[in-house]
Amino acid sequence: MRPVYMISGGITKFKKAHPDKDFRFMVKEAFDYAMTGLPLLKADMIDGSVGSYFSDHFTRQLKAASMVQDYLGLCPRPSKRVEGGGATGGLCFQAAWESIASGRMKVCLAFGFETMSRVSTWKGNEFIAHASDTNFDYPVGGFYTGYYAMMVRRHMHEFGTTVEQMAMVSIKNHKNAVYNPYAQSPMELTIEDVRRSLMVATPLTMLDICQMSDGAAVAILASEEVAGRVCHRPVKITGVGCGTDSMRMADRPRGKVILLPHEREEDYKELEYPGVHSFRGGRMAAKLAYEMAGIRNPIEELDFIELHDAYTSSEIQTYEDLGLCRYGEGGRFVEEGTPFMPGIDYGLKLPKQGTIPVNPSGGLLAFGHPVGATGLMQAVMAFWQLQGTIEKHLGNDKLQVKGARRGLIHSHAGTGTYITASILEAV
Amino acid sequence: MPEEFKLPETEEGTVLFNIDPIIIKDHYEIDYIHSYAQDSPFFAGLSKGKLLGSRCTGCGYRYATPRCHCMQCGKKTEWFELPLEGTVHTYTTCYFGGEAFIKETPFTLVLVEFPGVDTFLLSRLIGVKPEEVKIGMQVKARFLRLSKFRATDVYFVSAEETCRK
Repeated sequence: MRPVYMISGGITKFKKAHPDKDFRFMVKEAFDYAMTGLPLLKADMIDGSVGSYFSDHFTRQLKAASMVQDYLGLCPRPSKRVEGGGATGGLCFQAAWESIASGRMKVCLAFGFETMSRVSTWKGNEFIAHASDTNFDYPVGGFYTGYYAMMVRRHMHEFGTTVEQMAMVSIKNHKNAVYNPYAQSPMELTIEDVRRSLMVATPLTMLDICQMSDGAAVAILASEEVAGRVCHRPVKITGVGCGTDSMRMADRPRGKVILLPHEREEDYKELEYPGVHSFRGGRMAAKLAYEMAGIRNPIEELDFIELHDAYTSSEIQTYEDLGLCRYGEGGRFVEEGTPFMPGIDYGLKLPKQGTIPVNPSGGLLAFGHPVGATGLMQAVMAFWQLQGTIEKHLGNDKLQVKGARRGLIHSHAGTGTYITASILEAV
Repeated sequence: MPEEFKLPETEEGTVLFNIDPIIIKDHYEIDYIHSYAQDSPFFAGLSKGKLLGSRCTGCGYRYATPRCHCMQCGKKTEWFELPLEGTVHTYTTCYFGGEAFIKETPFTLVLVEFPGVDTFLLSRLIGVKPEEVKIGMQVKARFLRLSKFRATDVYFVSAEETCRK
């Protein structure tokens, strides 16, 4: 495998609706931003692309990625669309990585978008619910928030996780977004605000859940030779991992924890795993990415993480899957302040604030979640973090993780059915 | 005189939300011809008041939600009758939902755990207040008399003495 670098990225603002621009125009905007930042890369040096969008229902246009390909002027070069629910963006990033690593391309564009504003929020929830088993799950519940609510209810039962700990994730991510002009939902919140907002599916309230968004993002990946030639500060992709789990939560087995190098079997003597309280696919993705990148103790060896927080609860569950803490410790991990940004006042007492910032961008909860763009947005944010150029792109440096050398991005599809983890490093 | 060609005009019109940019209502609907295929006996079972699960003929793994082939070893499964009583593995009460389900809210979802069965069944719990649902509570299956051949033909109610209606 050849080494692979990210050499540029671009994003549109994520917002409730972008009626003035269709998906092609949104991607073009993000693409132009990425190209402007890299004048030595000419459009004819792009060998091909991978497109990412989740739902043909939302787009109401099959093969929409091929319309982007022609809009960007990339025909007749190779392209394909990848789709894997909420993990679509992460899978797209890794597909672009594969095309460089294999030697098939020297420069590959990964682009993603979603236009969710084309239906009402509740029709949108119905569309998304068609990503669950349509014989056994959709007709009974038909609602992903309901599925995640059941998962966290079990997490609370197994480990004593509290709704207040979940609310702290919401406070963190919404506050981080205050410093991110691309973000959809910047907010300053208290635990009471989160708990008193509308109950959606017990115990998850409206402020525990991400919103519907329109937006686009692109990442440009390249071989070492091209990266060295056109990019002043390329970022190396040193690890990729992907994991899966059964479509139906009801089918999740109860066996042994997949261990990371810093864990021991004795840590989890009584734990039935993954059940519905944890994402086995997330643990598999992390394990594979860590092995490739040579990471043995993630919390020591990573400087920041952008993870898929469609729900406050899934952020807590994901701390554990990624091995930032042991299974069962995710609630305490956020309560102690470990994943909060340093230097920002969240209105909370946080003894371990700034240890390892998680979702400095605001995450899905506050940056937004235009599904096909989300995993690529994480790549762009990680790229800017590792280049040390957050101030240049966001207009302020509050979200810059100082001296960041290595970050992880994590993309996740409904109830953990597809999950990707990718490691990016400054060079 | 040369023949003139002209489309006939109609008066359906278009629902218009906005003109800059132009945003219109664009209707779309479809009826699928859906086969339950190898899972059909499960739905037939519901119409007879039976819950059918799958037991692997190779490794013996027992599924509460059916599948024709075993996820553990790949061998074919056979049908077996699940008990009609189980316990709540986890639960939630939904106050919102997909548009098709909004009119049914609030409703309570449960994953039901059956003794000696390795996987769960997603269903609805009826007749228990949201704050009274507990992990571990005993529940029993009830079936619609007029089957719709949907997974909602079965639902659960409390089987605990204190909650018995």
